[in-house]
Amino acid sequence: MTTHALTLRRPAGRPGALALGVSTLWLSAIVLLPLAAVVVRSTDGGLEAFWNAVTSRQAVAALRFTLLVSLATAAINAAGGMLIAWVLVRDRFPGKRFVNALIDLPFALPTIVAGLTLLALYGPTSPFGINVAFTQLAVLLALLFVTLPFVVRAVQPVLIEIDREMEQAALSLGAGNRTVFLRIILPNLVPALLSGAALAFARAVGEFGSIVLISGNIPFDTQVASMYIFKQIESDNPVGAASVAVVLLVLSLVVLIGIRALGRWGARRDR
Amino acid sequence: MIAARGVTKRFGDFVALDDVSIEIPDGSLTALLGPSGSGKSTLLRIVAGLEQPDEGVVEIHGSDQTRVPPQRREIGFVFQHYAAFKHMTVHDNVAFGLTIRKQPKQRVRARVEELLGIVGLSGYAERYPSQLSGGQRQRMALARALAVEPRVLLLDEPFGALDALVRAELREWLRRLHEEVHVTTVLVTHDQEEAMAIADHLVVMDHGRIEQVGPPREIYDRPANGFVMGFLGPVARLGDRLVRPHDIVVELEPGEDAVEAQVGRVVHLGFEVRVELVLDGQDPVLVQLTRHDAEQLELAHGDIVWVRAPRLAQAAT
Repeated sequence: MTTHALTLRRPAGRPGALALGVSTLWLSAIVLLPLAAVVVRSTDGGLEAFWNAVTSRQAVAALRFTLLVSLATAAINAAGGMLIAWVLVRDRFPGKRFVNALIDLPFALPTIVAGLTLLALYGPTSPFGINVAFTQLAVLLALLFVTLPFVVRAVQPVLIEIDREMEQAALSLGAGNRTVFLRIILPNLVPALLSGAALAFARAVGEFGSIVLISGNIPFDTQVASMYIFKQIESDNPVGAASVAVVLLVLSLVVLIGIRALGRWGARRDR
Repeated sequence: MIAARGVTKRFGDFVALDDVSIEIPDGSLTALLGPSGSGKSTLLRIVAGLEQPDEGVVEIHGSDQTRVPPQRREIGFVFQHYAAFKHMTVHDNVAFGLTIRKQPKQRVRARVEELLGIVGLSGYAERYPSQLSGGQRQRMALARALAVEPRVLLLDEPFGALDALVRAELREWLRRLHEEVHVTTVLVTHDQEEAMAIADHLVVMDHGRIEQVGPPREIYDRPANGFVMGFLGPVARLGDRLVRPHDIVVELEPGEDAVEAQVGRVVHLGFEVRVELVLDGQDPVLVQLTRHDAEQLELAHGDIVWVRAPRLAQAAT
């Protein structure tokens, strides 16, 4: 009786505290500590050294290009991803399930393999005669490829769930197909669309593997922030690397907060 | 007048509508009544243009609308599950049909306010549908449909998702609204009580066919066949006759055409008293009596009585 009662009592009291302790420790060791270390390292030479590292011409150029190409990636994949999601949900065609499975390929494929494939297709030895290797366009292409699934997978479930009778109601009230899409469907997709695009953006900002081969890493041209950081470590400038890393970190945090806000916004209307 | 002529609709092997022809008079409130799968909703959606018939013609006010898309049929459609535009406020929902017609803002606002008054939702204009009850959402959907001044108002099981109390209330309210607005209204329902309470014109359907058309009382009193009779209310079988349980005449003395029966269970349900009668060589028959009649007869378990059908009773088929 007593042992039984004891075993029964234990889950109620201690494991809660234990679980909390272990998760806090785990989170600290895996996430918080390294992040803190980067922040600390970036200010090793004082705030001035941090500022100088971040505002050096090459760092600014890399950060600027990273930001712009990531924004372009997010915007293009928002449109393209929505179109693909639409086709996958609303259209019927042979091989649809195969195409649906194919969407996740960029997630599953090691990014370096993606980079290699792109280089083979659009590099100097391209079978189509299209050589965009070592250009900004190549970076955009690589980023478009690796971030394709985000918007598709964010929009798809929302599109499946959307109340078709809403569209029929709009039709009966005199709306044309364009109006139905713009006034009824699109507003309901916006939260998913934005959060998918934000995820794509966040991924593009930090992308390394798929870009490393095809970008050529040309400073002031195709060099992205992650490559810049890599180069700074190679040339023994840890403060420069950490400083730019902190900028990327802040950028990711902002995007993350934005995505959470979007999620709440979407959920508020859906009840 | 709304007319369907020779309308057939198949979904794969299933025949939803089988050569259906019907005319619905202007200004009427018509109920399409039938069990699920009878084709009533399909017929309504074909009139709205939300489905295309495989064969046949749909006319509204004398002009062929069969190939006209729903947005140009000038109809108002109300769905069972409201189909509220959940990303818009109540005001924007009701205003939708007007704003896409690029009507001036002032006029739209005035019209929306007027409609929200009619449906009893004044003061709810800035709310979102998720902040309304089911009944309120459906009234909003009605206001939205009425905003464009449709030639025809079509309602597909409009009260089906609501609880009994709200249902009865909205039913009454729709009846009154129809008396005020007078737009030709077609309502789909599987609830015979709802159909009888609300409509001035009934269309009873089964298996994709129309079984009978007419005013509710006429259909109730003179059903065309056993299906219609059974669908509109309870039925008892007396010899070779189908009778409404409340039409069976119970007497204490033998009389012309009367059959001897023994009283079984007697159940008192307030105003109504249900008496089970055991007849020779037949299934037991349930009779509904008023409390007054039951007291006069002083029926008790085991009593012997004589029962007969009223003169206009339906012959069993």
